[in-house]
Amino acid sequence: MSESLGLLPALPLLGFLILALSGGKLPKTVVALVGAGSIGLAFLVALNLALPIIADDSLIVRETLYTWMAVGSFEAQFGLTLDGLSTVMILVITGVGFLIHLYSTGFMADDPSYSRFFAIMNLFVASMLILVLADNLLLLYLGWEGVGLCSYLLIGFWYVDPKNGYAARKAFVTTRVGDTSMALGLLLLFTQLGSLDIQELMQAAVANWSVGSGLAIAATLLLLGGAVGKSAQLPLQTWLPDAMAGPTPISALIHAATMVTAGVYLVARTHVLFELAPSVQLLVACIGLATLLLAGFTAMTQHDIKRILAYSTISQIGYMFLGLGVGAWSASVFHLMTHAFFKALLFLAAGTVILSLHHEHDIFKMGGKRRQLPIAFASFLIGSLALAAFPFTSGYFSKDEILLAALEFETYGTWLWLGGVIGAVLTGFYSFRLVFVVFFGGSNGHHDAREVTGFSMAAPLFVLMLLALVGGFLTQPTAAVFGAHGQAGEHTVSAALHAVMIAAPLLGMLASYLVYGIGLIAPDTILRSGVARGLHTFWFSGWGFDWVYQRVFVAPFLWLARLNKHDIFDSVVSLLVRLTETANELLARSQTGSLRWYVLSVVGGMVVVLLATDLGGLL
Amino acid sequence: MSLLAILLILFLGGAAAWASSLLHPRLPRWIALLSVVGAMLPLVTALGDPAVSDGGWLIEYNLNWIPSLGIRFSLALDGLSALLVALTGFLGIVAISAAWNGIDERVGFFYFNLLWTLAGVVGVFTAVDLFLFFFFWEVMLIPMYFIIAIWGHENRRYAATKFFLFTQLSGMLLLISILGLVYSYSLQSGSLSFAYDDLLSVEMSAGVEWWLMLGFFVAFATKLPSVPLHSWLPDAHSQAPTAGSVLLAGVLLKTGAYGLLRFTLPLFPEASAAFAPVALTLAVVSILYCAKVALAQTDIKRLIAYTSVSHMGFVLLGIYAWNLIGMQGAVMTMLAHGLSAAALFSLAGGLQERLHTRELDKMGGLWRSAPNMAVVALFFSVAALGMPGLGNFVGEFLSLLGAFSVSIVATALAALGMILSAVYSLWVMQRVFQGEEISQSDEEGATPLSDLDARELVIYGLMMAGLVVMGMFPTVFLDYSSAAIERVVSISGSLSDGFGGR
Repeated sequence: MSESLGLLPALPLLGFLILALSGGKLPKTVVALVGAGSIGLAFLVALNLALPIIADDSLIVRETLYTWMAVGSFEAQFGLTLDGLSTVMILVITGVGFLIHLYSTGFMADDPSYSRFFAIMNLFVASMLILVLADNLLLLYLGWEGVGLCSYLLIGFWYVDPKNGYAARKAFVTTRVGDTSMALGLLLLFTQLGSLDIQELMQAAVANWSVGSGLAIAATLLLLGGAVGKSAQLPLQTWLPDAMAGPTPISALIHAATMVTAGVYLVARTHVLFELAPSVQLLVACIGLATLLLAGFTAMTQHDIKRILAYSTISQIGYMFLGLGVGAWSASVFHLMTHAFFKALLFLAAGTVILSLHHEHDIFKMGGKRRQLPIAFASFLIGSLALAAFPFTSGYFSKDEILLAALEFETYGTWLWLGGVIGAVLTGFYSFRLVFVVFFGGSNGHHDAREVTGFSMAAPLFVLMLLALVGGFLTQPTAAVFGAHGQAGEHTVSAALHAVMIAAPLLGMLASYLVYGIGLIAPDTILRSGVARGLHTFWFSGWGFDWVYQRVFVAPFLWLARLNKHDIFDSVVSLLVRLTETANELLARSQTGSLRWYVLSVVGGMVVVLLATDLGGLL
Repeated sequence: MSLLAILLILFLGGAAAWASSLLHPRLPRWIALLSVVGAMLPLVTALGDPAVSDGGWLIEYNLNWIPSLGIRFSLALDGLSALLVALTGFLGIVAISAAWNGIDERVGFFYFNLLWTLAGVVGVFTAVDLFLFFFFWEVMLIPMYFIIAIWGHENRRYAATKFFLFTQLSGMLLLISILGLVYSYSLQSGSLSFAYDDLLSVEMSAGVEWWLMLGFFVAFATKLPSVPLHSWLPDAHSQAPTAGSVLLAGVLLKTGAYGLLRFTLPLFPEASAAFAPVALTLAVVSILYCAKVALAQTDIKRLIAYTSVSHMGFVLLGIYAWNLIGMQGAVMTMLAHGLSAAALFSLAGGLQERLHTRELDKMGGLWRSAPNMAVVALFFSVAALGMPGLGNFVGEFLSLLGAFSVSIVATALAALGMILSAVYSLWVMQRVFQGEEISQSDEEGATPLSDLDARELVIYGLMMAGLVVMGMFPTVFLDYSSAAIERVVSISGSLSDGFGGR
């Protein structure tokens, strides 16, 4: 039983090694078989591991493979732990992961770097599994950096275009800023509590730190830095929209379903620490709320189908952070899971649209495509319903839990709730704006498009459609991890408030129907007013964050680097050399060959010496 | 005996390689390769003994040399020096591989210098008589001077002279300090001795200790190098032939760190403890400043050279954290950086051989024509930016962890180096391998880029495997050096209190 815990990351790792070491010489069918097959097998292993835990969520499976590092008092095991929380994660990673791998075998079929693609995908899944199974924070950090590396490699997968390379580096460096903060958090935790083992750490924290203690605040702030980087939350959210430069299945797997939720996982995994720092927990809620609103407004203005989904992802993770902030740990993880279903569905469907329309990304050059792209249409419809939290779809249940918990939160609960409800209006609007513009109305281009499909691409869409619809009825075995507190309990909310929550997304959908469905109010009319146009431009740019960061961080840094290209210390040395040379030249000039000059110097020197000794004698 | 055997094989092998060039120009490289492999055999057999942790030396060799001055030819090996000697041997092979087809002038003399440099380095890592140590310190520099001055690139004379002056001047300080230390010993005991163990017990006034410590520190910090004594390194690296860069970055820099660990701290504990805040500051400045300067470079070798200084800052940080974790981090960084920097310089040399330029502006999109080279370069760039799972991360993490308990500010600033290393590493990858392939027709006489050949693949494969083992199973190395490092750490434990608490 416990042996298969190590097998879980080992399978995709093996797939990676086979693909990497074969150097792209394997035939495509074999690559597909190894690449997708390893994840399929991992899913079966995960399922086998998960079933007992789903039955009894207090069960914890541990496996220590070996001692990774040991120096003096510091020790980190290569140890894996499977509890209710990681069970949810491994099922999502391998399950949704397998579907996306399967889809990719069709989507990437014509790419010359087929093998490289699957190699990195497999490495990603292995790292992600290590991240969620790690029993100590250092091993978690290994997975954390590993997924970041794979994300970088896949964003820049089509490396010929320097824009993709830039996006990849932006993603890596921005998240590295967060990672560095997280690493400092690890240093602080070990130095203060003497361990990085998650269980020991939590117990030691509770034993040594009082609620609201400065160390708890510092430690959680540092960890939060890592979480906002990875999960693209304020203020480190700017990398995710650009990360869409990678192939679309990557966006589905890494930048929607799994990696970007690692920050949520980290906070949930260390929730005991966050409970010791209520002020930081409130900060988490505020970051979540600000991010979900900011990204929601931005998503309403985008033209690129993938950027809309990217901002939507940022916004939905904002909901998860909001949930974490109000202590609704299990609701957040629930939303993480349902989001993985419907956002993977939306991205894969977007991939189908893009591929069918010859790599068109602009939704305003599509239009009326529901008959030409029926599977993509169905996928988008279902995915958008779930995303907008339409009643009884998967997204409804999870978002409902988060908003209810926010409402009951003692500090600023009503405001957090209200913000979340406004966000839900936005979600309804932007998700159906996309559906109406792409699939309804008249065709705005690509009139002859035919849906690219086939078993490998269609099957994952159907499975995800099903999950997006009914995924909300799945139970998750996280009760034992989060304890009674943070568990979905009986909510005592008035029917009126509940009605508001249900109506909010419908209102957004209705608005987008009026604007984009039947054209009652043309978007151009709205944009005629200066204020609206200004807001539109502002939102479109993602609230100017890139603009500010470029001027505040990037440009001054480059200026500073260029300013001192020749290394001031080296210049000092060169100056010494020049001084010596000059002195040499001066002395060389005294070598005139004139006897009179020499005699004069010798006599002069003697006089100076005599005077000096005489003076010395006098003193 | 086995230590003497290592040295003799290298010295004699060097001479034989030189002589053999009279017979055939291909002969020296084979003799050199065989000598290095042969020299490693005694080490391997000696390490067969599991007696690692008894706290003393693993192997010793003692011979009277100049008895009237108390100078002995004494060598000794503990876990720390064993690891570094092994690294030297391994990188010796890498250097020979890098020179394999690249050196075609005065071949015999080249391999003579290469092997004598290696012998000098091994001597430095094993000498426990300070006069003998200084002797080897000089032995390793002069052949390296020739390697740069004779087989270097366009500006080699300038670079070689600069290298020579920096090391000679700092070497002079070292010699003066050694003599001062021996004089203090003679005042105390009435006899002369250069033996390490004797000198450990010298009692000095605080003022004397301070100045002698400073002499040692400056010599070793020049070699390491640390800002502001680093400016010889970018020139030496960019002008040296590839094999020279490999040895410089891989092992010669480590002699500086070794000197600090073996001599400066144990011989002058009080003064070093007082000096630690300065050293930590220099470490942080080195990490950040050189990472920043690296970003502005357009010569790929200069760029890697500056990143080397930046990474060696972590070594300095770990050493002056002066606790087991930090120092072990320094050791791991030395080993891992030895491999990764050697590999990166080797790759840069490979690029220069193929493209006849070191200018980044003239590179781009090489992934297409040389995918294996791109993947290998990616691997080592990623190692250099501190990816967990590879050796460099273990070293830098432990250095930071050790330093954190000493100075949170210094640690936090040093950690910023992790961001900068990601910036420059990935920028170089973009510049060289990604983007549009530069049209070869622009370059006069440029041939299509050839990918790595079998020899290169084997060498890089071994280095990659080495970094993975260091990253995933660091305990193999950490256990090996722990006894030696614990001895250094215990010295600080006997110090007046207050150091650890800062």
